[in-house]
Amino acid sequence: MNLLTVRDLTVSFPTSDGLVQAVRGLSFDVAAGSTLGIVGESGSGKSVSALTMLGLNPGADISGSALFQGRDLLRMPPGELRRLRGADIAMIFQDPLSSLHPHYRVGWQISEAIRAHTDVSRAEAMRRSVELLKLVSIPQPDRRVQAYPHELSGGMRQRVMIAMALALQPKLLIADEPTTALDATVQAQLMELLVGMQREMGMAMIVITHDLGVVASIADSVLVMYAGRAAERAGTRSVFYASHHPYTRGLLTSIPGSIGVHGRLVPIVGQPPSLIRLPSGCAFHPRCPFAMDSCIREQPDLEPVADGSGHDSACWLPADIVGVGPGQDEARRRYAVRHQGTGAARLAGVVAGNREVVAS
Amino acid sequence: MTEAGADGEVLLRVENLVKHFPVKQGVFFKREVGSVSAVEDVSLDVHRGETLGLVGETGCGKSTLARCVTRLYPLTSGNVRFDGADISRLPRRHLRPYRRRMQMIFQDPYGSLNPRRRVGSIIADPLTIHRVASGAERKQRVQELMEVVGLNPEHYNRFPAEFSGGQRQRIGVARALALRPSLIVCDEPVSALDVSIQAQIINLLEDLQAEFGLTYLFIAHNLSVVEHVSDRVAVMYLGKIVEIATVKDLYQSPRHPYTVALLSASVVADPEKARSTNRVVLSGEVPSPLNPPAGCRFHPRCPKAQPICTTVEPPLEVKAGDPASHLTACHFPMQPGERLRGAALKIHEALEEFVGEPVAEERRA
Amino acid sequence: MTLTTVQTVSEGPPVEAGAPPGQAIEGRSPLRLALARLRSDRVALLSAGMIVFVALLAICAPLIEAVTGHNAIASNIATGTDITGQPLGPGVGGFLLGTDNLGRDILVRIAYGAQISLLVGVLATILATVVGTVVGMLAGYFGGWIDAILARMMDTVLAFPYLLLALALGSVAAEPGSRLHAIAGIPLTILVIAFFSWAAIGRIVRGQTLSQKEKEYVEAAHAMGAGNLRILFIDILPNLVAPVIVLGTLLIPTAIVFESSLSFLGVGVPPPKPSWGNMLSDAQTSGFQAWWFWIFPSLALLITTLGFNLLGDSVRDALDPRTERIFAMRRKARFVGGAAASGEAAAGKPDGEVEAG
Repeated sequence: MNLLTVRDLTVSFPTSDGLVQAVRGLSFDVAAGSTLGIVGESGSGKSVSALTMLGLNPGADISGSALFQGRDLLRMPPGELRRLRGADIAMIFQDPLSSLHPHYRVGWQISEAIRAHTDVSRAEAMRRSVELLKLVSIPQPDRRVQAYPHELSGGMRQRVMIAMALALQPKLLIADEPTTALDATVQAQLMELLVGMQREMGMAMIVITHDLGVVASIADSVLVMYAGRAAERAGTRSVFYASHHPYTRGLLTSIPGSIGVHGRLVPIVGQPPSLIRLPSGCAFHPRCPFAMDSCIREQPDLEPVADGSGHDSACWLPADIVGVGPGQDEARRRYAVRHQGTGAARLAGVVAGNREVVAS
Repeated sequence: MTEAGADGEVLLRVENLVKHFPVKQGVFFKREVGSVSAVEDVSLDVHRGETLGLVGETGCGKSTLARCVTRLYPLTSGNVRFDGADISRLPRRHLRPYRRRMQMIFQDPYGSLNPRRRVGSIIADPLTIHRVASGAERKQRVQELMEVVGLNPEHYNRFPAEFSGGQRQRIGVARALALRPSLIVCDEPVSALDVSIQAQIINLLEDLQAEFGLTYLFIAHNLSVVEHVSDRVAVMYLGKIVEIATVKDLYQSPRHPYTVALLSASVVADPEKARSTNRVVLSGEVPSPLNPPAGCRFHPRCPKAQPICTTVEPPLEVKAGDPASHLTACHFPMQPGERLRGAALKIHEALEEFVGEPVAEERRA
Repeated sequence: MTLTTVQTVSEGPPVEAGAPPGQAIEGRSPLRLALARLRSDRVALLSAGMIVFVALLAICAPLIEAVTGHNAIASNIATGTDITGQPLGPGVGGFLLGTDNLGRDILVRIAYGAQISLLVGVLATILATVVGTVVGMLAGYFGGWIDAILARMMDTVLAFPYLLLALALGSVAAEPGSRLHAIAGIPLTILVIAFFSWAAIGRIVRGQTLSQKEKEYVEAAHAMGAGNLRILFIDILPNLVAPVIVLGTLLIPTAIVFESSLSFLGVGVPPPKPSWGNMLSDAQTSGFQAWWFWIFPSLALLITTLGFNLLGDSVRDALDPRTERIFAMRRKARFVGGAAASGEAAAGKPDGEVEAG
């Protein structure tokens, strides 16, 4: 059974300019012990979905379901949800300097997290805190436990956050951009730590990031999000080597070092859309080199892709064209041109006129 | 990436550059109690038409070096020669003509543009300051520049807040381009941008280089980006250059242990490569530049450190078997085929203690 | 140029909070945005109304004088006092607000007093603001010994017992033989108030300049070879306008009260010229027998200072981008009014940000 099953999660925020549709019908599963990477840029809704599941977005309009071990997180009474947070589901955030309280020593903060969910004495909680610091490879843990957050470096602060998150051996760890603010070598240390901890504790992990490299390194399965919806959902290898959705393809051809880059980068034209005034149909169509009339008219649902089980993509292109390469692009282009229709023709003219997009 | 090789004419020469920031203390009259050694004895050449990448992590001094080269900071000691002329100690007035030929692009698209000024005026700044054009001619040149960088020239009168991050960065590029400089120092120009926008800006910079014959000093912490745009790359650690080579040599046969660790730490968007890399995990953290280690600054974290490394600083020189363009500062450079041991994280034992029961051992493949 | 065909121009500015959907945004400066916000602020409109009222009173003082036929300065015992020589109450004998001990029309005196209060308040504020801004900018930008000297100067001025010095100066100037006599009265009052107010502005401007100095766009200006003066006036000053406007608006009521205090103590505007301050002084010496002596000047002072204070707060809110939340909530309350019936979540939680990823 899956540890976490999310179905049709929809989160919107009413604002003075209109309704911000941050997440629109998101569905995914996380199996116990596995790692799911959620990839997206700013405005994709990746962080909002995680925060909402943990009940950290009280002012929003929420619908859908998020079953954690059979119980729906979205409909749980706040008291019960609070008991779950920290003990069964833990979360770490991007910037530890703002997530840790600046006025309390780190040892105290970890102890508080422990004592919030278990009935141990202060001394016992502090002892466990020191052990946790040792666990996350912080040198001289008995001294560091008395330090304030600002006295520690960025990498160490993030390790303190991990220690706090793991204190009660949660079944699921949600890491929201855990390594974005850190140097490359520190990032390597932390990823090593997370993976090691996960394996030893049998914990499931959701890593939310914009960095495809991180996902390539440690994720078992990947969810690519765009404008609040899932664009593609598959095992890691499939997403990189047999990608289907043009947005995924666009990411792979535009990030230096990616498998889709040969020589010049091929960027995705335009910008991420406003979440208030979303494009009609498929939200990606204004930037898609293969847009057709059906893309403008109707939003595609996640449909299975031909290459194997568990690989879904929300795109009107045929399910059997997968992968990034001139051959596949040619096939996509031919299909798109045949089914283009008048509306998309105009759009495609603009997009295709851009030499950048037509892969050479 | 341009065709210009490392043998071209030298546009910018940095010789033994040192930059210290004094640390002051005191209530009425501040006394210097220490100094931060941000850049220590750095020498490098940038050839006309090439892109020299400068990588390193936080605190390595790359941004400080960039600002010293453009004389935004005064130098503590050393020389900077631009196109043959020594600009190291020129007073402001004499520095001005050189400022026309040497421009800078900044990292933060939200902070590098004055929010209270219209973008047309911001881009026209260099033209105004150096009295190159005025009135209608100036406006026309600004609008041309906006087109060149991919902005709509009709947005001349808008304010920066009305543009997205990628567009603001384009404004910064237009501003840098206004006086047709020879050298542009790019300080992390794409780090603050969304992934899908980074590629647009990288391509823009490459196109502009080809079109206008620009020379770039490109500073970044993302190794993949640097690999993509540079002809040669210099790696900095704690204020010193530890290795400098052509991009092919550096990425394929790195000689300095820090370079090896850095390269192995960078994550590529390719699962095969990402998981098969021997990721070298360094122990410890970057020491403070207030009190840099003696001898080789990397020795406390270096898996190959020997006693000599703690006392004698290794010179930056060509090691046996390397081309003349590949310089390394190490007493025991990596040999072909050598693997670097990383610091093993002792999670396993610690976890046993913590959880209180034996956990099955597993080695990472 | 080949480049323009290669790079597709990215579309449209991002959604801006405050713009109705679909409307093109053409160069909306931060100040124009602030004005728009002010217009939507009820308190701002109310307080602006109060100030306009007082200003009209001041401007129409000669008119009031002409219409009522009562002079503000000349003694008027004959028609202005009753048989026993006592002042007349409000509404008696054609005096709308009553008369004072010398039979002078209080309404007319209050109107002329408004002139003086506003004149002194505004002029002193302008003088203090200009001096304070210049000094603050120089101190913050140049640092070093310039800053050391100027900052210490500001600290000294702020530490001064201003009332004592003001009293002393005022008394000395009152002597016909003294060198200060030429500027005694209103000019001296303005100078004294400005002298003690500029330092507060200077300190704040210095702080703002210090933070502006570190901004990247200032660094960029240096990198382009801009001179110090250009950077100060073209890059830094525009970013100081907002806090300076707020400070100035809030300084005016302080200056007005300062002037009233000085006049009350007899070292400000000398009688027989009417100032609310010296009218209050008259009220005191008359033993508060006649309530209309002190109620009306006090009300006038209250309305004026309250108006400027409230306006100052509103201006601060309008200019501060972080308080956009409050305006967003107000706009939403009006916009979403009809949709409230669908039972949406409690208002006030979301902020107007589009980035939700």
